[in-house]
Order: sequence, then C-alpha cells, then structure tokens
Amino acid sequence: MSIQPVLLWSDVLLFVLMASIGGLSLWARRQDALRAAWARVARNPVAMSAATVLAAFVLIGLLDSVHYRARLPAQPGAETRYSVEVNSALDAVLADLRQRAEKTYSAPLATHLFAKEALENSAQREFPRLKFGGAHLGADLAAHEFDIAVRVSRGCAAGMLLWLLMASLWCRLADLELIATLKQLREGNQGSGAGNPATGAVFVTLLGILLLLGIAISLGGGYHVFGTDKVGQDVLYLSLKSIRTGLLIGTLTTLVMLPLAVLLGILAGYVGGWVDDLIQYLYTTLSSIPGVLLIAAAVLMMQVIIDTHPDWFATSAERADARLLALCLILGMTSWTGVARLLRGETLKLRELEFVQAAQAFGVGRFAIMRRHILPNLMHIVLIALVMDFSGLVLAEAVLSYVGVGVDPSTISFGTMINTARMELAREPMVWWSLVAAFAFMFALVLAANLFADAVRDAFDPRSSA
Amino acid sequence: MTILSVRDLAIHIPPGDFRPGAGIARPVDGISFDITPGECFALLGESGCGKSMTALGIMRLLPIAARAVAGTVNFEGRDLLALPESGMRDVRGGGIGMIFQEPATSLNPVLTVGRQIVEALELHSAMRGQAARARAAELLDQVGIPDPLRRLDEFPFQLSGGLRQRVMIAIALAGEPRLLIADEPTTALDVTIQAQVLDLLDDLRRKQGMALLLITHDLGVVARMADRVGVMYGGQLVEEAPRAAFFSQAAHPYSVRLFAALPDAKRRGGRLATIPGSVPAADVRHLGCRFAERCSEAVLACAATPPPWRVVETGQRVRCHLPGAAPAALPQIGAGAAVLAIAARPLLEVSDLQVHFPIRRGILQRAVGAVRAVDGMSLQLMAGRTLALVGESGCGKTTAGKAMLQLIRPTAGRVQLDGVELTTRSAAELRPLRAKMQMVFQDPFASLNPRLRIGDIIAEGMQALGTGAMGANGSMGDNGGDTAAKVGPLLEQVGLRADMVDRYPHEFSGGQRQRIAIARALAVHPQLLICDEPTSALDVSVQAQILNLLSDLQRDLKLAYLFITHNIAVVDYLAHDVAVMYLGRVVERGTADEVLRQSRHPYTQALLAAVPRIDGLGPLVVKLAGDMPSPANPPAGCHFHPRCPLADDACRRDYPPERRFGATHAVRCIKA
Repeated sequence: MSIQPVLLWSDVLLFVLMASIGGLSLWARRQDALRAAWARVARNPVAMSAATVLAAFVLIGLLDSVHYRARLPAQPGAETRYSVEVNSALDAVLADLRQRAEKTYSAPLATHLFAKEALENSAQREFPRLKFGGAHLGADLAAHEFDIAVRVSRGCAAGMLLWLLMASLWCRLADLELIATLKQLREGNQGSGAGNPATGAVFVTLLGILLLLGIAISLGGGYHVFGTDKVGQDVLYLSLKSIRTGLLIGTLTTLVMLPLAVLLGILAGYVGGWVDDLIQYLYTTLSSIPGVLLIAAAVLMMQVIIDTHPDWFATSAERADARLLALCLILGMTSWTGVARLLRGETLKLRELEFVQAAQAFGVGRFAIMRRHILPNLMHIVLIALVMDFSGLVLAEAVLSYVGVGVDPSTISFGTMINTARMELAREPMVWWSLVAAFAFMFALVLAANLFADAVRDAFDPRSSA
Repeated sequence: MTILSVRDLAIHIPPGDFRPGAGIARPVDGISFDITPGECFALLGESGCGKSMTALGIMRLLPIAARAVAGTVNFEGRDLLALPESGMRDVRGGGIGMIFQEPATSLNPVLTVGRQIVEALELHSAMRGQAARARAAELLDQVGIPDPLRRLDEFPFQLSGGLRQRVMIAIALAGEPRLLIADEPTTALDVTIQAQVLDLLDDLRRKQGMALLLITHDLGVVARMADRVGVMYGGQLVEEAPRAAFFSQAAHPYSVRLFAALPDAKRRGGRLATIPGSVPAADVRHLGCRFAERCSEAVLACAATPPPWRVVETGQRVRCHLPGAAPAALPQIGAGAAVLAIAARPLLEVSDLQVHFPIRRGILQRAVGAVRAVDGMSLQLMAGRTLALVGESGCGKTTAGKAMLQLIRPTAGRVQLDGVELTTRSAAELRPLRAKMQMVFQDPFASLNPRLRIGDIIAEGMQALGTGAMGANGSMGDNGGDTAAKVGPLLEQVGLRADMVDRYPHEFSGGQRQRIAIARALAVHPQLLICDEPTSALDVSVQAQILNLLSDLQRDLKLAYLFITHNIAVVDYLAHDVAVMYLGRVVERGTADEVLRQSRHPYTQALLAAVPRIDGLGPLVVKLAGDMPSPANPPAGCHFHPRCPLADDACRRDYPPERRFGATHAVRCIKA
C-alpha cells in the first residue's frame, strides 16, 4: 500500500457533521411541513445559486479533509516507512501548484520576480525569471500576452464543454430536451417547463463556476494565477487550502457555541429568579473581560499543554489540528454571550405571550413549554445569529492570527494569508494579490452563506409564506 | 360648498416580492364623498374594508407599496393628488389635521409634550419661543387638560391614555386645521375616557367650525358624533345617509346586518344575526355587488353587474340592486333559551383574593410598596351560569382572572373550585384540576403559537393532562392517532372544518383563531371557562358569531363562564350575573338586571352612562371626570371618591362596607 490514511480529529468532526446533515435531511423528507419548507428554499433562485457556490466550497473543504501519509521510497531491508508529512486529497490534486514554489513574491501571471536582484553574472540588478511561471515560453517573452489569451479561451471552452456535458446529463435524467431547455434558460428561466424556477439559476451559477475552474486550470498549468507569496508559494493554492480552515472554524465553533447559548438564554429568560441571576452574572463577567485577552490566555494555556506532550501527536499536522480544534472550542466558549443575551431578551417577551400562558393553564411542564413554544419561535434569531457568527468567526480567526494566538503557523488560513499580506501593503509598489485573493474567496463564501441563510429563514417563517 | 371632495379615489397595491402570484390588491376601489365645513362625516366599516387607507390616501401618507391610481381629492379647491410634496406639507397639519388610534405610540416618548406641540406650532405659524409656549399651554387648556403649564414639561409616559389622546388632538389643532381626520380616535380608550374625548371633539367642531372625518367601526360612536354616515365594504361605499335616517332605517343589507349583529339586552337569550363568510380579500376581482356572496337576499343580478347608486326616499343613497329599502326577513329568534337551574353549591368561590406586585427600588431591590392589582375581591359563580366581570382597563380584572386559574399566584385570599381549595396546592397538585378550568384569551393573534399546527395546538391540553389519550403515555406524538381523532370533532363543534388540522394559525382570520382558542380550551372538558375579553379584538359581525358560539356551548355543555370585559352591550346580552370592578375591588355585584337596570353605585351609573348608544338617547347623569388613580397608591377611604359627584367626608375616611339590597345585589357605597 503506497499510502497510509490519517484521520485527524477535525476530519472526524467534519464528516460526522456532514453525516448528521444527511441524516437530518433524510428525516426531514418524511416530515410534510419540513419538506414543504425546504421545497420553498429549492424554488428560490437566489438561494439555490448561493447553495451551488456553497457546495463548491464544501466540496473543496471535504477534499481537503481526506488526509494520508505517502510511503517513502523503500529502503532495502528496512520496514515500510511513511512520510511525516500529512497531505490531503486536495494536495494530491493540486500537487503541481504546491510543488512549483518560486523564490519570493511574484505578481499574478508574471514571468519575472517582483523585486530586482543582483544577478550572478552581471553587475546590474534585474528582475530574475521565475522558475516555473511562464517557463514554457522560454525566451519568447513577446508571446506572453498571446499565450495568456489562448489559455483563457481554452479554459473557457473546456468549462463550457464540461457544463454542457453536465447539463445534458441532467436533462437525460430529468427526461428533457436539451436544446429546448437551453433556449428556455436563455429566454429567462421563469416558468420553465422544468417546473422549478431555480433550476436555471443553478445552471447559470454552475456555468460561472466551471468557467472559472477551466480558466484557473488552464492558466495554472503555466503561471501562478494569483501570484506567489513571500516564500514563493502559489497564492491560489494557499487560498484553496484556507477554505477548509474557514469552514471548520465557522461550523465547529458555532456547534460549540449554539447549544450553550440557546440553553442558557432560554433558561435565563423563562425560569427567571436565581437561575437568571446566575446566568446573567456568568455572561456579564465573561463579556467584560476583553475577548482577545481571554482567548489569548486560553490558547496559550492550550499551547503549553500541547508542547509538553509531544508524544500525543505523531505528526506536526496532528498537532496543528489539535490546536485548531482547541481554538474552535475556546472561541465557542467565549462567544456564546451575545446570542444568549439576545435569546434571553426575546424569551422574556415570549414568556408573557398568551399562547405560553394557555400552555401553563393546561399544566404543561416548564421544559415542554420551552421546547414547544419558546424554542421554535426563537429559531429565526438562532439562524440569523448562526450566519452572522459564521462570517464573524472567519474574520475573528484573522484577528487572532495577527496577535499570534490563532491557528498554528503551519496551518494555512485566510487569517495567516491576510496577516502576511498586511506587512507588504506599505511597500511601493504594493503587493496586493495575497490580500485580494483571500478577500475574494472569503467574500464569496460569506456572501453565499448569508444569501442562503436568508432564504432558509424566509421559508421557515410561517407568517411570511402567504 | 364643500371643504373636502373625494371623487372615485382608488388605491392599489401591486403584488410585490412579498406576495408573489397574488393579484393587484385594491384596498380602496373608487370611493366618492363630500364634507362641508363644520360637518362630521363618519366612515363606518369593519377591519379590512379600506377606511384607514382612504384617510391615508387623502393625506398622501400611503405605505410605500400603495399608490393612488385614480380619482381626485379636492381640498378647498386644490387637488391634493396633483400637489407637489412640498405643497402637501402645508396641507398636512395646516389644512388637514390627523389623529391616530393608538395614543401610546403616536407621541415621541423622548420629547416633552410642550416640545412636541411647539414643534407643530413652529411649522404652521410664525410663533416662536415664549409666544409658542404660551399658545401650547392654551391649546392644552382647550383640550381640557388640567394644569397645562406643568404638563408642558412632562413626558408622554407620565400621562394616561386619555390625556395622551388629548395631547394628540392639541398637536393636531396647533396648525388650526379646517378638517380633522380622526382614525379610530377612541378605540384604545375606556368608555368613560372615550366619552370625554368624544365630547371634546364635538365641542371643538362646534366652536371652531372645523370639519371632522371620523373613521370608526363603532356604531355607538357614529350615533354620538356623526352628521352623515358612509358605510364602507370591500373598498367601496355601499351606503351614505344622514345619521337620523341611518339609525332609524338602514338601507343596505350589510348595514342592516351590522345592526342586527349588535348584542344588547333585547336579544338576550336569543341568537345574534351573523353575516356568513368574511370580508373579501382585497385582491379579489368583483363582477357584481361586493356583498352578494354574503347576502341572503342576493338575486342573479347581484353577482353579475355592479349595483348603481340609488336614492331612497329617506335621503339615503344606497348601492344595491334590491328595490326594497331593507330586508325585512331577518332571522329573529326570540328569547327562549333554557333557564338553567341554579346549583346548590357554587362552582367557583373566591373570597378576599389579593394580588400584589411588589415595587422594588434601590441596589438591594427591597420592596418599597406594592401595586395592588387585585385588593380583596370576592365573588361566586354557579355552574352553568355566566358571571361578567366589568371594569375599565387597569382595574385588575384580567389579573383577577389569571389569579383564579393560578397562572399568577395570589398574595392572599382563597379560590375554591368545586369545593377544592386551589391557592395552597403546588403546581403538580394543581395539574389534575387544570382540566376543570380553562381560559380564552383576548388577542387571538397572540394566543396561538404561530409555529404549531392547529391540530397540535388543540391536542396540547389533552396530551398535557392525559384526558385525550386513553393509553398510559401522555407524551407528544406517540398517541397521535387517538388524540387526532378527537381534534376533528372539536373543530366542527366550534364551526370549523375537521380538515383544517394541518394548517398554521396565520392562515386563519381573527374570528377563526378565536374559535380555535375556544376549541383548545374545550378539548379538556372544562366546567369553567374564563373568557378574557374574547371579542374585543374582533369586528361586530365576527363578535356576533363568537357570542352565539359561546351561548350554544353553554347550553350544550353546561359550561360556566367568567366573562371579563369592558363592553357593556356584550354583558347585557350574555351575562346572568355582573360584578363591577374598580381599582382591584368589586364595587357592585348582582344579577344582570339589578346591576345594569337598577345600578346603585355611582361608578356603575357613570360607566353605563358613558356607553354611546345607537338609539341616540343622551346620557342621563354627569360624566366622570379624570382618570382612574394608580393601583400603587389608591386614594384613602372609598377608592372612587376623587371622581365621585356624591362624595363627602365620610367617603374620604373609610372604605365603605358592603351593603346588600335583596338576595343577590350588593354595593360598596354608603350613598347607594
């Protein structure tokens, strides 16, 4: 066997999360009301195109969560040994990007380094040629722009072809005429024969993604599409690797935070009395300690524990992973206060409503009232808080990495990308591409999540579905 | 000579993002009327008929989505719909003043009363500084607010609802408008305060020659105030008439039914006329008469062609195909309700019930006083009878109802249900008794959980109390089949269809929601139903349906009702016994006839006199001045003495003992 699979803890959690989402959706299919609500989401063009983008991100994140160690070249007589480096399926797919490192900064699609250097055989300082970027051009630098144009159009064509392939496959499955469907899509997809107004939106989004993918692959074969960073790593590769970190921090932290916030918020609001006093005291104290300090202290403590027990981790990837999980846990433990306070206030309001009193008049128990009458009426707030926090947490990671208490320095994340790019912004001319790449990916991720969550909230609010 | 002339005004709301697939809504669909200077024109109609939208259309204050698509609004020779926005600002406040329904929200809570009046003065006159302040005080005086100079520096929260509505009127008067639009000006106020505000409006109209466009759903208010009446239905006027003609003989079938739906003593024991169906949705297209589908006299032409305006000999104009002025054949079901035998033992016996809410101050949250919401109240309710608990808002009647159910734990006193003491029982011990007593709440929009389906809402009590489930487990969902089988008949019992179980509350109208709330309470087979203003949020025709339902249920199931209300007409129609509450105590109790016909307490007399009557008879006694005192600091002696015309020193000294007149009639007044 040439590889040894490695299961990091965050991988396990991510796959468990995916499995439970799958299980929940299977269960929801059997509930009429839930199925109807999700069907409303599925008919919303904006939601479904956001979901397509999200799915692309999740796919990359999942690919990046299948980890393995490659087998080292066999030494005669020795037992099989595996590399200490843990790679993921995404690393294997992007092996070219990962391995073609330059010396230092180079601009997107450049053929030369960004800074002049003294060349060995001349007294002048020149821009050295890149080792990989545009290497295939040889000395024919005049063909640079033409080559880019050719590669872009080739990428477009490939993306288009792939899209047509997928569209025809879908049409075969859905038993539709391909040409007629495409015509309908072009004429605006409202009321298309397919029945679902969102189908068109999904296909248009898919076309966009596939075009970008085609261009990126085609250009990436010969150039650094987003340039390279300080140590010459391809920025596109860094951006793609950051997606998993962002998704993990966004989802796992929310999973830690949400049960705590919901439980304590509702308890404080509904039960009142000393329970309320205690919970209020807890979150007032927590939120009056500066957040960064609290997190920094917790992360440093965690760091010490990790450092004093090197035997716990077989590879550096496992250590970095443990630190990532610890960060999620710590972020979750410190950020529940805002949502809990919000939910407590809303519960105070709901508690006085007549339907709660009607339930009390039937002698319904406290916890049944909280579960049946309070919680469902708070779900829209929970959902909004969830999405707001998702984007907030992705950003918080960047801030913490800046202070040096974020993810492990070896973990690639939007935070570390922005952090290294920050120092080069003052440079003249500016090194802008790391920042722009990180921004573009984060923006697409957070925007898609926001749009999708909006549509979900609308679909689940029974009052708005008139 | 008209001051305001509206011609064919139509207001449409195109289907937006929020109502995909719906047609264009037409809340106002071609309405014409005139108002002459000094006249009071009343627009009468149930909710959703477009009367408020008409007022907003005249003021050009429509919601963003709505558009005035046709017609003209001519005010003093200018077409308001053609004016630029800057010209409109002079008309608003200056030419036409407006007051709104909710005095609690139409004043800015962070500005003093004086500042808000002065702001209006500065906009519409050259007055500034001291002159404006003096004029503001004058205006407050004019609307009957005592001690106006002090009130100028107070904030809205320091004023009662009645005073706030007066301040609103003062602000509206600041621009010296020639026309005042009053949109349900007294709906949120108590009857005694309503009488004060209506008097004020009437007085101002006479003194200043100001025209008044009064928008209301209350026939009593119309009878008290209006010179002419326009009845709106489905976005159109269906009848326009002088007041006297309208109240002596309404011409349109809809108007006739509105009158027939009003509860009063004459219809006692009988059934109220109801209008089948509900007001058509605003986006329905009508071929013929809008009322045709709910009209029992409708002929073929009614559904096919829109009815023309027709002048009846009494001076009314009516939009109806039918030649006869009014349908004579209204179902008149005479008295004949079963008189229930009085049980030997009262079902509910309350004695000296007290509910005090502590007022906490300071860092240590020590109780420095108490709001005496209910302060020593006693009453008895026999099985199968209806006891009405009457009083103005803030007198503690709702708190008393909840304390009887132990939803609020009483501070002191005893509550016995069927001979079992409730106040000393723990929550777990109370649970088996919960099935015997249930509550129907005031606001049908807040009393149903919007996230639960109707079937789950109704089944909740059965599951919690185990009455619906024959099996051993009472948990949700497991015994679905058995409980679900009982929900259908319950829905039919309250006049809904059994197949509605899977719908959500927002799909129902207010009246239907109240039926669902009643079904939920009935599900556990209670003997006592505490109804907390169950019809005050509903329109007259829907109120009639609910009242009919309640009296049917009482006859069939021998239910006892504790009916908490401020609506005297409903009491007169429904109640066997009446208890009048003032500031946490019952001041007069007895049978309905004793309390409503031979009332002895001056408060009861004033309360009855303040109710506007549709027969146009004026009040017989002086109206009450002032507001109810705060229950945190009740006056010494008789609580009522500061407002009582008969009060003397003895009244100020001691709280009067109960004096009995006959077997059932008891009054707490030394002058009675």
